[in-house]
Amino acid sequence: MKYVDEYRSAEAAAAIATELRTLVEPGSHVKLMEVCGGHTHAIYRHGLDALLPPEVELVHGPGCPVCVIPMGRVDDAVSIAERPEVIFTSFGDMLRVPGGRRRSLLEAKARGADVRIVYSPLDALAIARDEPGREVVFFGVGFETTAPATALTLLRARELGVANFSVFCNHVLIAPALRAILDAPETQIDGFVGPGHVSTVIGTRPYDFIAREYGRPVVVAGFEPTDILQAIALLLRQLRDGKAEVENQYGRVVRDEGNPEALAALDEVFAVRDDFEWRGLGPIPHSGYRIADAFAVWDAEERFEVPGARIEDPKACRCGDVLRGMAKPYECGVFGTACTPEKPLGTCMVSSEGACAAYYAYGRHRQKVPA
Amino acid sequence: MSDDVVTLAHGAGGKASRRLVEELFLDELRNPLLEPLADAAIVSANGTRLAFTTDSYVVRPLFFPGGDIGELAVNGTVNDLAVSGAVPLALTAGFVIEEGFPIDELRAIAHSAARAAKAAGVSIVAGDTKVVERGAADGLYLTTAGIGILDSRVGLDPSCVRPGDRVLVSGGIAEHGIAVMIARGNLALELDVDSDTAPLHELAQALCALGPGLRWMRDPTRGGLATTLNELAWGAGASVVLDERAIPVREDVRAACELLGIDPLYVANEGKLVAVVAPDAAEAALAALRAHPLGAGAALIGEVREDDLPLVLADTGFGGSRIVDMLVGDPLPRIC
Repeated sequence: MKYVDEYRSAEAAAAIATELRTLVEPGSHVKLMEVCGGHTHAIYRHGLDALLPPEVELVHGPGCPVCVIPMGRVDDAVSIAERPEVIFTSFGDMLRVPGGRRRSLLEAKARGADVRIVYSPLDALAIARDEPGREVVFFGVGFETTAPATALTLLRARELGVANFSVFCNHVLIAPALRAILDAPETQIDGFVGPGHVSTVIGTRPYDFIAREYGRPVVVAGFEPTDILQAIALLLRQLRDGKAEVENQYGRVVRDEGNPEALAALDEVFAVRDDFEWRGLGPIPHSGYRIADAFAVWDAEERFEVPGARIEDPKACRCGDVLRGMAKPYECGVFGTACTPEKPLGTCMVSSEGACAAYYAYGRHRQKVPA
Repeated sequence: MSDDVVTLAHGAGGKASRRLVEELFLDELRNPLLEPLADAAIVSANGTRLAFTTDSYVVRPLFFPGGDIGELAVNGTVNDLAVSGAVPLALTAGFVIEEGFPIDELRAIAHSAARAAKAAGVSIVAGDTKVVERGAADGLYLTTAGIGILDSRVGLDPSCVRPGDRVLVSGGIAEHGIAVMIARGNLALELDVDSDTAPLHELAQALCALGPGLRWMRDPTRGGLATTLNELAWGAGASVVLDERAIPVREDVRAACELLGIDPLYVANEGKLVAVVAPDAAEAALAALRAHPLGAGAALIGEVREDDLPLVLADTGFGGSRIVDMLVGDPLPRIC
């Protein structure tokens, strides 16, 4: 497969792995965070951790959109979905996320709610046009990666005058979450493997503050094995040379200025909330999008009454520590026992991009946790 | 059984399906013939050992590139008999039809079921039709059952599998599931992939000629190769280690999976078999498969290893390994 196989070359990966060993001081300890859940997934799917020198520790960041949605918002989604007039549409992996009563959208569907999986918010808009007698709601989830598709769908809804469509908006912003992690005194990260997909939209400049204010290097990376290893090499080289810069390893896709059309659509359709609650991280200022006033008629939170309750994470679940890079998934007491991908307690176990799910699915034989 | 309602995950062939079967159906229906939970039960009558199986088909759309529900339902039951080491003898078919279903489509489905049966050398010897009100079924559901006579040369069971045994697959995986997904038309992907639906009785019989060197066979349908191999690992109490790069996947199917974020190991097949053979029978098994047009793409893909945790592992090619777990949830609703 062109443009994929080249980046999965075992020989190229082995060569970078050899270089990595020359870039670390033996006996030192370097803690790098891969921000994006896509990276976490790729690292465990390809077993890349086996290629790292023992001095390098990877911790998993908050860049998994399913993982950061708090349980109260899932309950809100379920309460909208359970209304008889509603067709509730969502990306597939949100369906299994348990809410406060451990009730997920999938269970709501089995009990009669009309919940449908879509691959794009435009598909949800198409359902609304096909079924004018029903209220079609799209569960908007994701970082600036998926937010432009939601924005374009709302622009299209306005253009077509579709009145029976709305968005339950849970889109979040990556930079404020990284600032929250850098501000947490207990988390000390030496450098960041920057998210690839979200940077195709926002570019690399929103990470400048990490280098400038916090003195930490960032390397935006692609998702193939050699991309991730090369990004780690670039980070180690900066650290060795005492530098803190934002570098772009994923130049074949990411431009420094991002995607101006997508950014313009975000600006038009969304406004930044004063704060938004993140699962495990708590409320973070200016970290979530809401539907802008000009589009309020398509805002599901304006159209439907939702409980809006804040629900504490289950005590036994350490998703918050995992999302801040303070705990490894297998250090959580319920990992692989009370919390599995099939019956998840925490969101990190739901999405295939969640750190717990990636460990459980691909790597649990290395820790010898229950099968 | 801790679940209170049936969800689509219970029908997806993964962990939830297994729980439903073991904790509800096996719990209520338990008997020694059902207990192995194999593709077909082995029943003895007057000294003859018969394989007996049944399967229901709810695929949407009913007609898809490379086949339709009639052909699929015949091949599926023929294959369950074939991989149990049996020569298919006779099938039955039960049609549940929604009011308003076009007669010409029904005739086309019956016609292709008859054609598939002829190709597999079996007859559909009994049948049933039920019509339900509009809205009570999605067009048409089809259930087939079949019996076959067991080949006396082999005794296939996961407990026959030994560390060191080799794992083979008869050709490129994931074609049925991808063909059906694309035929639904909601992915905006253009790809010329046909379902691989085909009768496997000749391939299976070619492997049975190996005698005791053939340990076990399955057709990796719903849940894909990964799910089938996990069932093998549990049954054998050993690990299965795959060489991921040796697993045949057509280039365009691999690209479609990559785009959709789906692992081809979990995508359904309807015309492939996976077999475990003794190490010294591996080359002969590969040659036997490759000598048949349906096995031209056969490959050795892994081996069985002793392990205290029975898991399926894949060598990633980067010096590491990963678990290939059973399917969780339902990425591909109703593909068979």
